[in-house]
Amino acid sequence: MVTATPTRTRRPGAAVPPTSVAARAEHVRRIASTVVDPELPVLTLADLGVLRDVEIADDGAVVVAITPTYSGCPAMATMRDDVVRRLQEEGYDDVRVRVALHPAWTTDWITPRGRAALAEAGISPPGRVAGAATGAAGGTGGRAGASAPDATLPAGPASGASGAVVPGRSPVPLTLGPTRRAVRCPRCDSADVELTSEFGSTACKAMYRCRACLEPFDHVKEI
Amino acid sequence: MPDGTVPEHSTETAHAGPAAHGTDHDNAYAGLLVNDAHWAFGTDFEDPLAGVDTTVPDGVEPSVLAAYCLMLGDDALVASERISEWCSRAPDLEEDIALANIALDLLGQARLLLARAAAADPSVVPALPGDSPVPDEDRLAFFRDDRQFRNVRLAELPNGDFGETITRILLLSIWRLALFERLTGSRDAVLAAVAAKGVKELTYHRDFAGRWFLTLAQGTDESRRRVTAALTDLMPYWAELFGTHDVEAAAAASGVGVDPGQVAGEADAVLDQVLAVSGVDRPEAAPRAGVRGRTGRDGLHTEALSRLLAETQSVARAHPRGRW
Repeated sequence: MVTATPTRTRRPGAAVPPTSVAARAEHVRRIASTVVDPELPVLTLADLGVLRDVEIADDGAVVVAITPTYSGCPAMATMRDDVVRRLQEEGYDDVRVRVALHPAWTTDWITPRGRAALAEAGISPPGRVAGAATGAAGGTGGRAGASAPDATLPAGPASGASGAVVPGRSPVPLTLGPTRRAVRCPRCDSADVELTSEFGSTACKAMYRCRACLEPFDHVKEI
Repeated sequence: MPDGTVPEHSTETAHAGPAAHGTDHDNAYAGLLVNDAHWAFGTDFEDPLAGVDTTVPDGVEPSVLAAYCLMLGDDALVASERISEWCSRAPDLEEDIALANIALDLLGQARLLLARAAAADPSVVPALPGDSPVPDEDRLAFFRDDRQFRNVRLAELPNGDFGETITRILLLSIWRLALFERLTGSRDAVLAAVAAKGVKELTYHRDFAGRWFLTLAQGTDESRRRVTAALTDLMPYWAELFGTHDVEAAAAASGVGVDPGQVAGEADAVLDQVLAVSGVDRPEAAPRAGVRGRTGRDGLHTEALSRLLAETQSVARAHPRGRW
């Protein structure tokens, strides 16, 4: 648990925080929802789906839960600091930020408003992941529809020796052909685009290029 | 740093130079450290499991869970360090960035797993001076000797060419993805959550490596020669991935871990699928012997791990009270 040091003072003119627990939680949620992602500042943490929960603890502290997008997401500490600072500016001195690891973040949590903001900023929003049993990006969403030499492995033997085996699980399919996504150029809206790389400037993006207007652009990849 | 104070052993202090001493401002950068928001990323530590319930499930021996998490964490940490060596050296910018992304994902997995090990059984964490601010996962990464590392040897081998790295990522990600898919059902909620996130990342790693293996195998004579040579060199370490260590057997028996022997069939099938599409025969390879049967999971490594650790640990060990 990370507890903020009360070094920052309330923003001049900030409203006095409400007193009832429910009203405080709602007020905190509204404020926390305005904090933006440090790597994608067109998105708020709420629109990115990273802001998972807001509650008022028994001791009166504000507890905000955030979830990492990727295991190695280097922006988590900045997100935490930004949440703490914004809430302190609004008069909440005792703010704790906790990590929520479960369920794992998915791009399906990016809100419609977040998707629109991404497109507006020239970043192609992710397609839907939906449906994969393990939550992996191998299901019917953005990575589906690949052709030969792609192949989907048949479900392997559901080994029974380990207690940790997920019953009825089917393995994540291997995809050796090009990734098929319904991506459109955020600049000219052409569907004639090509994948440059599945890995981009941040962990959550792939790189594309538009064949029509030749503009390179980022795509938030489905996970 | 949250309190804005100047650390005694910070990197900034180390390089402040003689002119900075003997004044009120013994660190020229102190003013910059008052507000973390000045930095692109936080300059202070953050517990990667802040607020996460790390209670060990009923019936699970904490030392077993910790040892098991160290194994999976060390695999990721050491592989990440090897792959990171490609930074600025890959054949082109896109692959440089891709390899850096893969290394970052693995580093994130390592951090969570080492932190989970420390939370399950604090006795695994190396002791440092009482006022040391070094967090548990960093103590585990930087203050253990080679014999205390539990990674498989395949992760630690020195880098070869690009084809070798692709082949190694392919082998490691096929295996690790098969393990992590099953670990999503672990009785340990932390391990299950780490695995569920890791599955998504490893899926991308495996596809990346599989596509490049196919591309190189079906590319020029030279690229095919290199990638098949890499496979011949690395396959002797494949069997080690599926050997069941006592810790893994105990972790599997208590429902928190996976017996790697149980994923051998599935992993072999995926590898054979890549090889078939690539038109590459699977080399006949006798497993690389350990020391009286003991290998990476027992802490018996190749010389390469000692060199890797010497490079990555020396600065941290010189400053056991350091804040980074």
